[in-house]
Amino acid sequence: MSGVLKTAQAGTLESGDIMITIASGPSDSGIVLELDSIVLAQYGKAISQTIRAVLTAQGITDVYIKAVDRGALDCTIKARTLTALGRAGAVLKEDLV
Amino acid sequence: MELRRSMLFIPGNSPAMLQNGGVFGADSVILDLEDAVAPTEKDSARMLVAHALQHVDYGTSETVVRINPLDTFGEQDIRAIVPCEPGALMVPKVQSAADIKKVAEWVAGAEKPGQAPVKLVALLETPQGIQEAYSIAQADSRVVALALGAEDYTASLGAQRSKEGSEIFTARSMVVNAAAAAGIQSIDTPFTDANDEEGLREDTITAKKFGFKGKLAINPRQVDIIHSIYNPSLADIDWAEQVVAALQKAEAEGSGVASLNGKMVDAPIVSRAQQILYLANLLGLRKETVE
Repeated sequence: MSGVLKTAQAGTLESGDIMITIASGPSDSGIVLELDSIVLAQYGKAISQTIRAVLTAQGITDVYIKAVDRGALDCTIKARTLTALGRAGAVLKEDLV
Repeated sequence: MELRRSMLFIPGNSPAMLQNGGVFGADSVILDLEDAVAPTEKDSARMLVAHALQHVDYGTSETVVRINPLDTFGEQDIRAIVPCEPGALMVPKVQSAADIKKVAEWVAGAEKPGQAPVKLVALLETPQGIQEAYSIAQADSRVVALALGAEDYTASLGAQRSKEGSEIFTARSMVVNAAAAAGIQSIDTPFTDANDEEGLREDTITAKKFGFKGKLAINPRQVDIIHSIYNPSLADIDWAEQVVAALQKAEAEGSGVASLNGKMVDAPIVSRAQQILYLANLLGLRKETVE
């Protein structure tokens, strides 16, 4: 499966967290990532790369993601992205959800 | 034996608190997947704690994860958390040795090859769990401590919780005795009013008198107070050093009996003095360390 089955969300808007909303994209749409962050200028690129790396590792290619970051660490970004994917019906390669 | 004077709960679904858990100086941090996490967020917290264990530096604090009860998400938690190499799992609402045996089997099945064995802390918070304390403590070699959870326990009894804790006198005694008989640690129930520092101090003194080796904490502010009670005082250390010196003097003189200030120094006194010095050495509280 290269996409997700339904729209889902994980994370919060609390400081140190990131809220990830994920929805299925049309076939061959690629990964469409909309990022809002309090540290966009400094870490926007790194956050995008982290989210994209998680999606790629899970074999997700066609998806729409909105991420609202409140200064989350890398491990939090990965965890919230994986949780959102699991909730959206993606079959995760890691048995963590 | 590791120090577990304070074991501090950290909510498992709060990234900000998880990433700062190591700065409070607690002997153990308990990343909580159970009561601190809403039922709809169990998956999210499990994932977050799994990643925190692999990437957050908790300094000298032992990392303990409180999993969910075995009849809810316990097995899922173990599968996800154990490969991330926590120091220990805290198992809630343990009722019997069979519960621990089941957890130990799941843990063994989830450990990676070469991984340090994950220890278990059994949280006893039901009348049956308290009754079975000794068999629980002996159920598996992974069990390193029994902890008392008095809130659920007294709710099951229909007893009212009080500040002085007379309603948990028997439970405290049974947990301490069972743990000591099995050669493991006993950890006291948390003091739940985080704003009452004097109450916490009194409650910790009581726990120490019972023989508990440490106390659960629900707020970082409680850690230093708990440590101040559990750390040996300068007077304790001074006394312990005098006991050891009296013993050494007696041995040097070929006498089979040592005495200090007119009182016989017998085996329990020596044992207590050695425990105080061991703790003082571990915490760097002595002026000069005697090997």
